[in-house]
Amino acid sequence: MMKFIEFFSNIAMPLMIIIIVLYGVVERQKVFDIFLEGAKEGISIVFNIFPTLVGLFMAIGALRSSGVIDLIVNLMTPIFNLCNFPTEILPLALIRPISGSSSIAVATDIMKNFGVDSNIGFIASVIMGSTETTVYTIAVYSSSIGIKKTRFVLWAALIADFVGIVTSVVVCRLLS
Amino acid sequence: MLNIVWPGFIIISVIFAILSGNLAELNNSIFESTSTAVNLSITLLGTMCLWSGIMKIASRTSAMQKITNILAPIMKLLFPKLKKDSEIYQEISMNMVANILGLGNAATPLGIKAMKSMQENNSDKKVLTNEMVTLIVLNTASIQIIPTTVIAIRNSLGSENPTAIIVPVWIATICAAVAGIVATKIFIKLGR
Repeated sequence: MMKFIEFFSNIAMPLMIIIIVLYGVVERQKVFDIFLEGAKEGISIVFNIFPTLVGLFMAIGALRSSGVIDLIVNLMTPIFNLCNFPTEILPLALIRPISGSSSIAVATDIMKNFGVDSNIGFIASVIMGSTETTVYTIAVYSSSIGIKKTRFVLWAALIADFVGIVTSVVVCRLLS
Repeated sequence: MLNIVWPGFIIISVIFAILSGNLAELNNSIFESTSTAVNLSITLLGTMCLWSGIMKIASRTSAMQKITNILAPIMKLLFPKLKKDSEIYQEISMNMVANILGLGNAATPLGIKAMKSMQENNSDKKVLTNEMVTLIVLNTASIQIIPTTVIAIRNSLGSENPTAIIVPVWIATICAAVAGIVATKIFIKLGR
């Protein structure tokens, strides 16, 4: 099972690249020109999140180095130990639904501090990959057509996030 | 939101650092954090460009149409009232495909277009319809074949196996999406 998951995780990316490129070639598209066009968009994505990264790395770094995060984690550890939930990823779980670029900053901070390949780093990665910026998405979609009453959408989306985070922790526990 | 949280973080940190005598550490971390941001962005740049480029090729081929066909049964389950040849149906399928391929920039405009089309048939223009809620929940679930951003970050931090997370991410993402959809259907049944 472990081997199978590892194999699939390893092959997914190369396989997707070759399928897509082959599709392009067979359909006689100018694959490299299109690639360049898309790659340029990639630059703007990174440039757009850079200012947020600077601002938030500074603020989160300050929280960590001043000892505030340690204090909060220490205070909450007994509660989370009861349900076997790793406290270290708590900051990520809290900010993930609210802001995309800040959660990238928080997740990176966690991965750096505990090690990318550590259990905590792995959980943080899986949470980042499997959840979205819920609140932002709801705001963009609803406000684009002038909706005032969003009914239960926030609750349904937060339930999804919660399940995503819990599953991430459980799956990582089972794998390690 | 961040206009309150961000200054809050800074004020709390500085006060706490003075009280606990961690001022030297705080001082160091301020400079360190800016170079961390620069290093991360530079390494992110490569992976993000590569995937944006690859996915752009995907969006120009008939691979897009193929995935739309595969999605048809799921679409029927999620949006039972939509007709298959309607414009809204096409827009929602395209939005889902863009999400799956990780084309965030393409997914959002498509999703908003679908929202606008649905708004035309909406009896109360200020309230979300059931279909709109389902579409939004789908978009908050982040169903993606390759979680490129996280892989890029893991790579930039020197992970031994940056892609090891792919299958776990699939499992978590599917559980989250199913939970979101089931919750939506239950809320609709309850008549909220």
